[in-house]
Amino acid sequence: MSPLQGCLLFSALLFATGFAGAVTRRHAILVLVGIELMLNAANLNLIAFWRFGPHPEALTGFIFVLFSMALAAAEAAVGLALVIAIYRHKRTSNLDEVKELKG
Amino acid sequence: MSTPLLITLVVTLLAAGTAMCLRNLVHSALMLAICFSGIAAVYLQLNAEFVGFTEILVYVGAIAILIVIAVLLTSSGETPEKSVLTSGWFAGAVVSVLVFTALGWAVLHSHVLASGNAPAPHITVKDVGDVLMTQYVLPLEIIALMLTAAMIGAVIIAYKEEPGTDTKPQTSTKEIPAASVSAYVAGKEGAQ
Amino acid sequence: MFDQLDQIFVTLKHQLMGFIPGAWQPLVSAILSIALIPVVFPALFSIVTVIERKGIGRIQNRYGPNRVGIPFTKIRLAGFGQFLPDGLKMLTKEDIVPRAADKLVHFLAPVVMLVPVLLAYSVLPFGRNMTVSDFDAGVLFFFAVGGAVEISVFMAGWSSRNKYSLLGAMRAIAQMISYEIPLILSAVTVVMIVGSLNLSAIVQHQNQYTFGIAHWFVFTPWGFAGFLLFLVASLAESNRTPFDLPEAESEIIAGYFTEYSGFKFALFFLGEYLGMFAIDGLGITLFLGGWTAPFSFLTWIPSYVWFFGKLMALVCLFIWIRATLPRLRMDQLMNFAWKFMLPLALINIVVAGIWHFMGQDWQRWLVCSAILAGAYVVLGSALMKKQNLGKRTYRFAE
Repeated sequence: MSPLQGCLLFSALLFATGFAGAVTRRHAILVLVGIELMLNAANLNLIAFWRFGPHPEALTGFIFVLFSMALAAAEAAVGLALVIAIYRHKRTSNLDEVKELKG
Repeated sequence: MSTPLLITLVVTLLAAGTAMCLRNLVHSALMLAICFSGIAAVYLQLNAEFVGFTEILVYVGAIAILIVIAVLLTSSGETPEKSVLTSGWFAGAVVSVLVFTALGWAVLHSHVLASGNAPAPHITVKDVGDVLMTQYVLPLEIIALMLTAAMIGAVIIAYKEEPGTDTKPQTSTKEIPAASVSAYVAGKEGAQ
Repeated sequence: MFDQLDQIFVTLKHQLMGFIPGAWQPLVSAILSIALIPVVFPALFSIVTVIERKGIGRIQNRYGPNRVGIPFTKIRLAGFGQFLPDGLKMLTKEDIVPRAADKLVHFLAPVVMLVPVLLAYSVLPFGRNMTVSDFDAGVLFFFAVGGAVEISVFMAGWSSRNKYSLLGAMRAIAQMISYEIPLILSAVTVVMIVGSLNLSAIVQHQNQYTFGIAHWFVFTPWGFAGFLLFLVASLAESNRTPFDLPEAESEIIAGYFTEYSGFKFALFFLGEYLGMFAIDGLGITLFLGGWTAPFSFLTWIPSYVWFFGKLMALVCLFIWIRATLPRLRMDQLMNFAWKFMLPLALINIVVAGIWHFMGQDWQRWLVCSAILAGAYVVLGSALMKKQNLGKRTYRFAE
């Protein structure tokens, strides 16, 4: 098993953990936590391919990851603002109870 | 695979697992911070120094704090008594196991990936800056616009609208500690 | 001869490494480099606590501690041995943990504060060739581990299950993240001009002399404004007066470390002061020339003497500010950060760019100083307009 395969397996395990948490847990914030874990696993994948790939001096994967981190931060901010706004309206963060489109 | 790297990988995986399993949300967020630090250590091992430091700066220093503040503002700081799993959790768990199996099988049975072993690249921050300012300057500007839009959007969404109060923006920052304390106290009284 | 004195620690370390067998050399080299930091800086911390108490006492027209010199003797040493009984007191106090507290998080919070702060010292250049780990992205590393301190503040405040602790922690976190932005932006101007994130390269850039005066960045208009912004933001990051609302005794008991006693409180105290030294060290490296001498005829003094001399000068400045200025209220603090310091830091970046592209003539001094002074006046008057400050009146007891 090459180092690249080891890194990819590790990130696949992280991705599966984040995915399991995102679809299993009831609280809205924990779903966002799972999404952040999945994004981190994807970033790790990109860096692994950048490091062990053919042209690391082109810095493609590296720059991709920098932009991906910025995007993940922005998405976390907006997502958590949404959770706070929903909590203010419905007094609950339980995803099972927030299932009506009528506000 | 050196021993420190192995320990880092094990700690990161354990932290990620417990972050998704714990009942107490604040503990879960702190475990997530540990997981992010572990991932940053893995980045440093892969010669991506700049990305590793950015990970600590952005994820541990900002996103983990954001998550704990959101936990406090929605009065979810205490351990819930009811079930923490959503309806249909079993299907979700099965699907995630299937996802991991598919990914793992694809990784281990690929010929291209099995030959992935390259010498360490020597990159400097100057190279990163050069590439960002010449080749990738358009995505950089778009990211700047996107971050501005996200910031304005987040503030507008989370804005406390109460009729008759002073709607100057600086009161919203003073309301964060007040809202957190009142939410905490209200949650305690609701639990009693 | 003075060159040898300058490099005495480096040559000492090389000679010690000569005695170590080859396989152990990387590990022992790393340990030797790191080992001085947890020794020197806590010793500096103990002396600074005594200096602070005596200094604040003198400014308030009283003596500070002046009895304890060497314990168990009658030698007074003007009170400079005070840190020994203080340390002993902190170590032997009973460690009270509230019954409802979250035990593991409560225990780990001081540790999580101390470790990133000690990590931050590893990129500071204490002298010529005397950096522990010379990262290519040293400035980024410093700010990254500085951001990890906020997690420990939250852990301390939340795990105590105390309303005041939680309130103090939320205020402290809001203050820290608000002032991190002007801090980083004022450091960005230096990085922009030097073209590198490497702290040794930044110091080397300031190691030139024109007419006998060094090229410190604080002697340029944008550097002076940046240094002032950095100073104010570092006061806020270390929770020092006038920004110590989250931990002020008359406001919120002790804020997020209300429920800590004994050794854990000592660790928090140590972590706070070490954080102050670290951020002062970064300010010295970025703006005040690091280990370089201000005048070319003074370069014979060893480089580490200059670094620690400048560090003590900045620490004494912080102590002076603490004894003199009143505390800012929370909303005043946040307004100041977001409405004054952040625009000024952004304008400072533009001014630094103008400085760089205007060439080496004398007009750039005028243009840059004029823009910065104009921005300061405009932003300051915009911020002060909302305060309805009338003429000072006195009211006497009847």
